[in-house]
Amino acid sequence: MMNATILKIQKLCCGYPKFQLSEISMDIPKGSFAGIIGPNGSGKTTLFRAITGTLNITSGKILLGDKDLQSFSPRLKAQNIAIVSQFTEAGEISVEDYVMMGRIPYQSRFSFFESDEDSRIARMYMEMTDIFRFKDQLMSELSGGEQQLAAIARALTQQPQLLLLDEPTSHLDITHQVHILNVLQQLNQEMGLSILMVIHDLNLASEYCDQLILVNQGKIHTQGTPVEVLTFQNIEDVYKTVVVTQSNPLSGKPAIFLATQKVLKEIQVKFGQSVK
Amino acid sequence: MQKKYLHWTFYLAGLLILLLASVLLSLSVGEMNLGFTDILNILRHGNNGMEYTILSQIRFPRVVLGIAVGGALSLSGMLLQGVYRNPLVEPYTLGISGGASLGVAFAIVFGLHQLIGSFVLPFAGFTGAFLIIFLVYTFSSRSGRINIQSMLLTGVMISFIASSSMMLLMSTTSSENLHGIIFWIMGSLDEPDMSLISVTLVLALGSLLVSYFFVQPLNALRLGEEKAKHLGINTDTTIKILFLLASLLAGVCVAVAGVIGFVGLIIPHLMRMLVGSDYRILLVSSFVSGSIFLVLSDVIARTIISPNELPIGVITGIVGGIIFLLLMSRSSLRSKENHG
Repeated sequence: MMNATILKIQKLCCGYPKFQLSEISMDIPKGSFAGIIGPNGSGKTTLFRAITGTLNITSGKILLGDKDLQSFSPRLKAQNIAIVSQFTEAGEISVEDYVMMGRIPYQSRFSFFESDEDSRIARMYMEMTDIFRFKDQLMSELSGGEQQLAAIARALTQQPQLLLLDEPTSHLDITHQVHILNVLQQLNQEMGLSILMVIHDLNLASEYCDQLILVNQGKIHTQGTPVEVLTFQNIEDVYKTVVVTQSNPLSGKPAIFLATQKVLKEIQVKFGQSVK
Repeated sequence: MQKKYLHWTFYLAGLLILLLASVLLSLSVGEMNLGFTDILNILRHGNNGMEYTILSQIRFPRVVLGIAVGGALSLSGMLLQGVYRNPLVEPYTLGISGGASLGVAFAIVFGLHQLIGSFVLPFAGFTGAFLIIFLVYTFSSRSGRINIQSMLLTGVMISFIASSSMMLLMSTTSSENLHGIIFWIMGSLDEPDMSLISVTLVLALGSLLVSYFFVQPLNALRLGEEKAKHLGINTDTTIKILFLLASLLAGVCVAVAGVIGFVGLIIPHLMRMLVGSDYRILLVSSFVSGSIFLVLSDVIARTIISPNELPIGVITGIVGGIIFLLLMSRSSLRSKENHG
């Protein structure tokens, strides 16, 4: 396993008047593809916002490598951490201009024209995410999935050490979900890019992530590999839903099956009282 | 990438030629029409009688003020729309015109302009505008951070209070003062003081220059405040400085030329339709187009019922509004065809 940590969180407390994260500690190894999972209102997004710096932290520390993230200037932070949100909302901006915005953290305030280097980097990542063919179209003309790919290309153009994603696929169909996650997986495998994403879908989290952090009621419930975290006990405990977990025959990763009320009743009838 | 810069150069050159044409038109048209060659002759030979006086004392100052005020109002609107990410914001939405009008009404009602001198009116207007800006700013900033949504609402509310207070002043004053107030509010490029005109022009051009230091944050803010922050932009400082800059511009314009509406709303919109959303070209093209628009509006205002003059605000509102509606309906038609 890799030893170096890319992101280390120590006893982090933060939040809003009505919701607090308490004493969150976790380590994300360098080069890992980590996922934050948990029910609605569990604190996933709050944790994410604390890491991105949108939310001020009350106590504790967030370290990038071995440096305190609070000591980073906004610019330096943007050179090291790139963020992809759920929606891009870029509107009337051409795809190329949008991706090029990833160079802002490297440009001097007075640089008026993009350098050839900027253009080269933006082009490279547009090609990597397969959106170069849309470069002259407006962002608003792209589909949701294509917009998300553009957002990833923009984030890569920042050439970060760590890529943070907030439910990047939650509003997409399965084709686009898998496509985007495959792109991320490829980046993780081939470039060694460290990725941390908030993700709702447990099966997708299981398939793609090598590290999972299960958050519940403002605390970390369990963290570890998908096999360690996605047990039916953990899921029933946190999500209050009856599930069955088995291995995906293709990948060996845990796969989660739901039990509907109707099915549960039928089983009860079939087996008498032997099933809880 | 190179193609984009070529387009920008093309648009900017086109607008500058249009501006030159509008200036020439404005210099030549009036109670006494002068041909372009006449103007050149008069300028070359210097002081020779009445034509020179008309040109240098009456028309030239108007044109300069038109360029300065039109450019400044349009730039101010562009900056505010960029900061608020709201296409309906214009310099006057935030109560700047209301404050200036109130200041002027106050000065007229209490006879300050007769007591001290006529320069007191622009001064009172400017003070009124800045008092309002200060109020809006303090009401919407908490612990060093500005909440731009609440700022907008605060601005609209304070604007209402200012205009109602002005109504109060107007309803209790003599009809002579009333006439003075209304005349001032309606706006005009007729400003006799050349030094005031120069100050306005220098300020307008200076602000255009300063705004270019913020072109990168403005471009990033197109994605929203949070995403701009993620790109390393110090959004709080940017928003504060640009708000103050835009307010200063609008405040000075209202103080010098009265309330000239719509320029700060329409021109930025038109420019977005024409040149796209990149602030590198938007800022300067808005400025130049605002100048063109106001210089031409002034030509219409002073020729259409010659020898009398219409308030320029009337022209900018009616002409600008109609042109805008036409363009909007055409562009929505075109997008329907594209999607149909």
